[in-house]
Amino acid sequence: MAAVRPHIGRERPSGGFELYSWYFFRVSGLLLIFLAIGHVVIMHVINTVDEIDWQFVADRWNSPFWRAYDWLMLFLALLHGLNGARLAVDDYIRPQGWRVLAHSILWTLAIVFLIIGSIAVLTFDPSRFETLAQAGG
Amino acid sequence: MTTETMRDVHRATTRGITAYRGYRPPPGMISWALHRITGLGVLLFLLLHIVDIFLVNYGPDTFNELLFLYRHPVFRIGEIILVAGLYYHAANGVRIILIDFWPAAYRYERQLFYGVIAVFLAGFLPTAFLMIRAMLQAGGA
Ligand code: HEM
Repeated sequence: MAAVRPHIGRERPSGGFELYSWYFFRVSGLLLIFLAIGHVVIMHVINTVDEIDWQFVADRWNSPFWRAYDWLMLFLALLHGLNGARLAVDDYIRPQGWRVLAHSILWTLAIVFLIIGSIAVLTFDPSRFETLAQAGG
Repeated sequence: MTTETMRDVHRATTRGITAYRGYRPPPGMISWALHRITGLGVLLFLLLHIVDIFLVNYGPDTFNELLFLYRHPVFRIGEIILVAGLYYHAANGVRIILIDFWPAAYRYERQLFYGVIAVFLAGFLPTAFLMIRAMLQAGGA
């Protein structure tokens, strides 16, 4: 039975980092169905770029729920996506040196974007701009 | 070599590349290629999106001034394509996970892929309708 099974997708890795990575893809993917698609429906379909502006973001991030939602999505999507880019790197880049370089770039991107994304989601304080916002209508 | 492939090779060598017109990709190749392209495409947008959201920290003037970019028709069409990519990736991701944890599902590989297309269309068609309508109402086109 097992012997006739054709290759569909990727074999499950047998252990180590690759097995954690394999599970992480699946667990984060299932969570992202709710987080990312919920986000798209709320921010791109129900509301659109016509309604969304600075004030919209400020109002939304008044709620700790949306900050937590957005931060969790940031964390999962960034690691899922960059880890996916790593799979593509491993498929297309063979020479060891280039591979190390590409992996270093991906993990650097992960750290840098996680930091700037977290600063945006967690430290944003609209009251700093209160007077500006009123002046701007 | 089967007679069929021998005939193909013969045709290819005597009549040039057009003899390959009947070629079909092996099952799973298209779904896999789309999964990779949409995953990397959504990732690219995510990186851009983190940078633009970072700008809320610079106050309403800076942020609102840059919004003209996202309201530009070219960006709005890109946005619709992005949503299509995400929907496909999500639907196909569920299919991959299903086959991983329920091995017998490989026998329904083709049907499952049609299911992915059906789920994708059921989600994307209403989404695209609403997004295009909003875009036309804004007079962007
Ligand atoms: C919406 C829910 C999502 C689900 C259910 C999902 C599911 C999956 C699954 C099952 C894989 C295969 C991993 C493997 O081969 O072991 C994968 C790969 C990948 N995903 Fe997602 N994903 C989702 C969202 C995202 C998002 C938001 C991004 C981008 C930021 C993304 C980017 C990628 C990339 C780049 C790959 C690698 C594809 C490859 O090269 O083989 N995914 N995803």
